[in-house]
Amino acid sequence: MTLSLTAPSATAASGATHQMADAWRRQTSLRRFYTALGVALLLAAMFASMWFADGANAGHFFDRLPHILDFLSWLVPKDWNDVWRALFDVASPHDTGTQEFNFPLGRIYVWGGFYIPEYFELMLTTVNVALVSTFIGFIFAVPFSFIAARNLTPHPVLRLVVKRFMELLRAFPEIVIAGLFAAIVSIGPVAAIIAIGLHSIGALGKLFYEINENIDMRAEEGLRAVGANWFERVRFAGLPQVLPNFMSYTLLRIEINVRISTIMGAVGGGGIGEELKLSISRGFGAKTLAMVLLLFTTIFIVDQFSAWLRRKLVGEQAFVMGA
Amino acid sequence: MTAMTADEISAIEERFPQVFRRPAYKRFGPLFLLLGTVLYLVYAMWFFTLPQVLRDSHWERLPLFLSQWVSYDLQPEFRLDQPEITPKYPRFSALGDNPNPDWVIKGPDGTYTVAIDGPAKSVTFDKTQATIVANGQTVPVALTSGKPVVTGPVPDWITAHDDEVVAKMGFAGEVRVTVDRVKVRKRFLGWANFVFDTRSPFFGKSAGDVASLIISGPELKPGTSNLALAGDNIWNNAQWQHGDVWTKLLQTIVMAFLGTLLGGIVAFPLAFFAARNITPSGILSQVLKRFFDFMRSVDMLIWALFFTRAFGPGPLAGSAAIFFTEIGTLGKTYSEALENIDDKPREGVVSTGANGLLVQRYGVIPEVIPVFISQTLYQWESNTRGATIIGAVGAGGIGLKLWEAMRTNSNWANVFYMVLLTLLVVFIFDNISNFLRRRLSRTIHDYNRIQAEQG
Repeated sequence: MTLSLTAPSATAASGATHQMADAWRRQTSLRRFYTALGVALLLAAMFASMWFADGANAGHFFDRLPHILDFLSWLVPKDWNDVWRALFDVASPHDTGTQEFNFPLGRIYVWGGFYIPEYFELMLTTVNVALVSTFIGFIFAVPFSFIAARNLTPHPVLRLVVKRFMELLRAFPEIVIAGLFAAIVSIGPVAAIIAIGLHSIGALGKLFYEINENIDMRAEEGLRAVGANWFERVRFAGLPQVLPNFMSYTLLRIEINVRISTIMGAVGGGGIGEELKLSISRGFGAKTLAMVLLLFTTIFIVDQFSAWLRRKLVGEQAFVMGA
Repeated sequence: MTAMTADEISAIEERFPQVFRRPAYKRFGPLFLLLGTVLYLVYAMWFFTLPQVLRDSHWERLPLFLSQWVSYDLQPEFRLDQPEITPKYPRFSALGDNPNPDWVIKGPDGTYTVAIDGPAKSVTFDKTQATIVANGQTVPVALTSGKPVVTGPVPDWITAHDDEVVAKMGFAGEVRVTVDRVKVRKRFLGWANFVFDTRSPFFGKSAGDVASLIISGPELKPGTSNLALAGDNIWNNAQWQHGDVWTKLLQTIVMAFLGTLLGGIVAFPLAFFAARNITPSGILSQVLKRFFDFMRSVDMLIWALFFTRAFGPGPLAGSAAIFFTEIGTLGKTYSEALENIDDKPREGVVSTGANGLLVQRYGVIPEVIPVFISQTLYQWESNTRGATIIGAVGAGGIGLKLWEAMRTNSNWANVFYMVLLTLLVVFIFDNISNFLRRRLSRTIHDYNRIQAEQG
């Protein structure tokens, strides 16, 4: 670097280079120190957490580890065809009258000899819970999001109230709402719908109003200039701009809600979750595999379909899961 | 504005066919979507037998349950068929072993007065007659004829059954009178015995008394300092179970933290092999991506149930469930972030002859690390919420405790306590994660700005 420089200024320049190099070294060494410190703290927290989680668990990690595979042995059915039989409620030759093999018992007859297999019906319940609750979330989140958006709100105080309300809905544990409504509308899918629906209002509302705050306001100004009221401005200036994004987030929400709905099922919200929990806790290999297969396929299909639809709606755009 | 001629109109139509001559499926698309949605909702209503469910629901319980979140009641019972009337309190009542509340007043002539809401709502009784006062009315009930008889007109807040007279006094409580007993329910706002339960020696003492006992009082339990005793009493409060609740809460936090962190650690190297632009082999990329999809699609519930069977119920099972789901989710988001990087820094490092690992270290990682961390924080935040739910299937944490407290339908104050703590935790973690992500997005923003300035 100093080669092309003339002699008199060479020493000065190399002094400056040294200074720069020193400063850089100081800065990086400081940064490396902080990074190392951060990683060390994180690792310490991780090991402490592991130790804590292991201590609080009923079975301990290293005690159970050698037995993981023999615990899985119940999962492997004696006859792999039983998985299909369990899935489609076909009588099994291994039926000994126990619950493990009473496949045809769950048939739901619709028309003569035509029946819906039990697990398909349960899966349908789970998916329907997810769809209806997402719909509830969407219907309420759209108006709320326009009230909560800084640039479109009819009144700042109203905005704050709606925003806080949505935050509360989002943070409130679904399981408590489900439990509360289980005592009112009886335990089952309707309580789960209310719980997941209320949560979806908060979750979707937050994402929606963040989209609303980033819209192009020129259309709104135009409508304001011709004397449009709030509803008209939102309908004709706001909605057309944000609807594809809204739909896209709603599809993402469906994916999440299908998952939550299975978990809700396991705690009494109806659907396949409960049956799966029972089957795993009793060690019914064929039934468990059939349900896992069905659940896996359904979630996979829902995910892929929603991803495809989202790509059609908003193109390749990175989305963050969760939230 | 002058009127347009037909030619001008058709010219405009000609110029904007995408507005005026849209294909039928586009014109009627929204209508069909709406129609489909309505049909689906009707179907869902039938599927969930909604009218039936609504008919059988008990909405009147809702205000009662909600009021129980922030209040508690005491239910003294007075036997009239004994030689002397004595109040009896249920076992484990919030008043402890020696209840002597000032709202139960024994008159000199053997009568009892229970002030349910001061003197305005009260009941006074002896063995022959009970006088119920509420809403500005005074209603005497005669008890001598073998069944309770309301003297005079029956106001609408009193229900006179054959063998029992029930007076409802709203939130404050109710009175039930039969010939041989008077039952009172008096409701108080607040949480009973939140700090010390009835077994504690500190029970019933004012905050000042407790403080002076702790600082300078004699040892209440020999061999233990009063401070340690007070701490122990609070921690092991039988009704509120502070110790257990806080431990379970910590378990929930740990589950989310551990699961997300381990998921990130495992997903990090895998994502490089899964990203289309970095992977050494296209087949490996496809295999890994399907693996991520698999981990994500096998639901967190399934993982939770499996690990609960493998490790027994507890936070270890919950952490493992979140860990396995997160490998999929974070692996997917990481590899997508890697596929969206700017290739120029990488090319620069490659041109210096650096080996594969160094190219990733200096050409790729500086660009993606903020995005990775931001995604991981998002997941951490959402898992903190999710960990509450999977706890209910036995995977550790506060979920199960919440679920059990709710199942009895009688412990709503405890439920609310746990809900408040959960909300607090979610709020704190949301803010930490938001703060860190804002800092990071500023880093990303600065990076993009510098890049833009340099062209």
